[in-house]
Amino acid sequence: MTRNDPSQLLPGTLFLLILKSLGRGPLHGYAIAKRIKNASANGLEIEDGSLYPALNRMLVKGWLEAEWGTSENNRKARFYRLTPEGRKQLHAEAKEFEKLVKSIQLVMRTV
Amino acid sequence: MSTLREWVNRLRFFWNRARFDREMGDELQFHIETRAAELEERGVSKEDAMRRARNEFGSTQLAREDSREAWQFQWLEDLAMDLRVGFRMLWRSPGFSVLAILCLTLGIGANAAVFSWVEGILFRPYPAVAHQERLMALAGTARGETGATSLSWPDFLDLQKNCTLFDAFFVSKITGTSLNIGDRAERTIGSIVSANYFDAIGVHPMLGRGFVFGEDVGSAAHPVAVISYQLWQGRFKGDPQIIGKTQRLNGVLHTIIGVAPQGFYGTFVGWAMQFWVPASMEEIFEAGGYKLEDRNARWVEAYARLKPGVTAQQAQQELSAVASRLEKDYPLTNRGRSVQLWPLWATPFNNAGTLLPTLSITLVVVLCVLLIACANVGNLLLVRSFSRRHEMTVRAAIGAGRGRLLKQLLTEGLILSGLGAAGGLAVAYWSRHALVLLFPARAGVSMYLPGDLDWRVLALTAGVGLLSTLLLGLFPAVQTSKIDLATALKSEMAGVVGGQGKSWARSALVVLQVSLSFVLLVGTALLVQSLQKIRTTNPGFSTDRVLTTAVDLVSAGYDVPRAKTFQDELLDRVVALPGVESAAFARVTPLGYGAYSSSPIAVDGYNVPPEEEPVVEYNEVGPAYFATMGIPVVSGREFNRSDDESGALVAVVNETMVTQFWRGKNPLGQRVQVKGRWMTIVGVAKDSKYQSMRDQSKPFFYVPRRQNFAIGASLNIRTPLNPRTIGDELAREVQSLDGNLALYEVITLQEQVDRSTSPQKVAVTLLAVLGGLALSLAAIGLYGVMSYAVSQSTRELGLRMALGARASDLLRLVMVQGLALTAAGVLLGLAAALLLTRLLGTYLYRVSPHDPRAFVVALAVMLATAIAASCLPAWRATRIDPMRALRQE
Repeated sequence: MTRNDPSQLLPGTLFLLILKSLGRGPLHGYAIAKRIKNASANGLEIEDGSLYPALNRMLVKGWLEAEWGTSENNRKARFYRLTPEGRKQLHAEAKEFEKLVKSIQLVMRTV
Repeated sequence: MSTLREWVNRLRFFWNRARFDREMGDELQFHIETRAAELEERGVSKEDAMRRARNEFGSTQLAREDSREAWQFQWLEDLAMDLRVGFRMLWRSPGFSVLAILCLTLGIGANAAVFSWVEGILFRPYPAVAHQERLMALAGTARGETGATSLSWPDFLDLQKNCTLFDAFFVSKITGTSLNIGDRAERTIGSIVSANYFDAIGVHPMLGRGFVFGEDVGSAAHPVAVISYQLWQGRFKGDPQIIGKTQRLNGVLHTIIGVAPQGFYGTFVGWAMQFWVPASMEEIFEAGGYKLEDRNARWVEAYARLKPGVTAQQAQQELSAVASRLEKDYPLTNRGRSVQLWPLWATPFNNAGTLLPTLSITLVVVLCVLLIACANVGNLLLVRSFSRRHEMTVRAAIGAGRGRLLKQLLTEGLILSGLGAAGGLAVAYWSRHALVLLFPARAGVSMYLPGDLDWRVLALTAGVGLLSTLLLGLFPAVQTSKIDLATALKSEMAGVVGGQGKSWARSALVVLQVSLSFVLLVGTALLVQSLQKIRTTNPGFSTDRVLTTAVDLVSAGYDVPRAKTFQDELLDRVVALPGVESAAFARVTPLGYGAYSSSPIAVDGYNVPPEEEPVVEYNEVGPAYFATMGIPVVSGREFNRSDDESGALVAVVNETMVTQFWRGKNPLGQRVQVKGRWMTIVGVAKDSKYQSMRDQSKPFFYVPRRQNFAIGASLNIRTPLNPRTIGDELAREVQSLDGNLALYEVITLQEQVDRSTSPQKVAVTLLAVLGGLALSLAAIGLYGVMSYAVSQSTRELGLRMALGARASDLLRLVMVQGLALTAAGVLLGLAAALLLTRLLGTYLYRVSPHDPRAFVVALAVMLATAIAASCLPAWRATRIDPMRALRQE
């Protein structure tokens, strides 16, 4: 089983994955990592050490908001939520990503 | 837009750093523990689960640091780094650093000091007074007269009533009286004010009360006074029961109703006020009787404070409109008259007007000094940047961006000018009261010319600091930007005296320094010459062996008969004192405070041309006045004891008056009409100085005191004794005649002359100090450049020696180089000086701004300095050992 660190795949992918995973509602850091892992059928695993710096960078940019709440196991946890700005960013980056993937596929097929 | 949000977010983070760290810790802890719990659910033991979770996560420290970094400002980090490096660089070359900081301290300090004077004297001159930024001086104008006139009280009240754009109008007119303190009397200065004065300026007496509504109405109706803290402490020993006590001021008992707070000095630039009386007491302090209902009596000096948001222009428009209505309503008194607002720094009725030119010249001069200082430090930096070229090249080669290198250099400049600015502020703080020291002290009258280091001065100083940073950073930056990696890494060129291309920048700086100092030298020389001219001008009376003093009988409440008796008795006793040759009273002492009487005159046999009404000033003097003062009587006689009330009315005229009214013919026996009375001319006196040493010759005459009596008079004594010796004896005589009286300060007429020339002396002193500073900075600059040139061309000099050049040849080579720079600077300075010395305008007395002697003196001083500054480097050149110099690579 290969464990791919998405930050090493394509630049900006980590941001996109985090944004996408928050698209359906607020999550705490651990849940974000888990959701990405599960959704990719264990294909992508975010290194815990790079998750939090990325989250903080996105907070600075104003794409995310953080709030303390209670986790499913009844503990205090920090939940991240998309801001309208973040949602816009998600759409823009998703479109960009699709274009990129399509282009790469085209190259892979034709050349 | 998004960057703005980022900044806001970052700033928020900055304030909550501690909370961020705590929460980050909690969050990571939660992450690890949740993972551990998950592992436990799959059957891993508790300890194992925890350990595995930790291992999977990796370094929490790194995650925290990376996260924190997301929030921080990169440039702040870089700045901190640059500062650290910069300080280390400066620390490593302490000689350079100390010299550079010293130069900047002097340069910035001189600026900060003058800024603080300008702020404290011209812009915010009145400590404790509210809203000075909206305060303006109010004075009248009259068609056909230049400058400001005083206002009449009724006009002032009408302006106050009819203008709507102002918060407050108030009157503050300087006046004086004598206070007897111990066995000596002192002149005390105070203000006649409108009743709203203290309320309008927002100053509340610390004891008692200020004036109340209506106290400025009526003829001598409200004899009340507020005294200064200084007077309360000094004269009244801080008496806590002072309120309600009485004090005689100009002969009238005033009730003391208040003590002004400490640190309040009134509203007059130049002097600290000691008492305030309401306008209703005006006639007690000034000649001319009751004036509060006389629209033709102009004595009021006033201020007005604009409402917030009102511009000076709008305010002026409203005032002019009201004034022109008054002109229409009262054509007899107000025809051709209007009212004008003046900014505080140009107030026409106090010393702001006289100090403004001095301070503006000084400001220009200190800017020159700063430029010279910056050029010096720039030069030092340049020299260093050559020796650091290798370092910079290496840094550039290993990938430092040009911007990054530039930032490093600018940071070093910032450190230097920051330290210089700090030192400069210390200099300014120490010298904030220095201006007063330049003026001679007078007993009882306290000059008050405060520097004020408020936030505006601090901001301006910081601005100057930044400006010098830019200037400083510029020199090495220009140098660095020219670095060509390949050649620079390969070679470290050895220089050649003269000739080398790169030294043009340093040479240009020295030329600039020399030219600026030359301008200042010329200015100083002109002012010194002018002061000498003033000093050596014959005032027309003896300045040594004549003393002057006074006894103020007006303040003591004497009437005319008592005053006559007292003065006669005192005069007899004074003349009887051993060592006294003669003595005489006079209403006004030349070059003093007092104003002369003046009167329209008519002259027998002189047909007054139409439109001309000759008004001539005169002095009322006692018998033996001319002998005592040493004013020669060229024909006829002077006054004697028989020229009294019962004698024929007589007068003595001066020579200019003879020329003007009798066309030079002997006027003895002719008559002149003064205030409606005809007087026979019995003598002609030589011209002398009356109001100031800069007087042009003007018609003037004298009348006997007894025939034109006024109580107030000064006492002049011809004696070889010094003032202190005779002062005590005089004081005893006064006290024995009347125990309530006291004698004024006794001074020589020379002292009187010196005091009257103090503004010139202040200008000379300021310019000399700053000119000296500039010259020494320029000398340091020249010395630095020459030493560097010599040290960089050791090989070339050694080669010349080896080829047979003698020491004297090398000496000449280096000296010529130094003198060439100086010559270029002097030429540039000469051109600048020819343009600039005109600015000295009114300070020059009988000296042309292009006086060749001043230029020659400046040239000589400059050359001597240049020779001195190049001597040491030249001498060092001759000591080079050719063998060692040639071997050295």
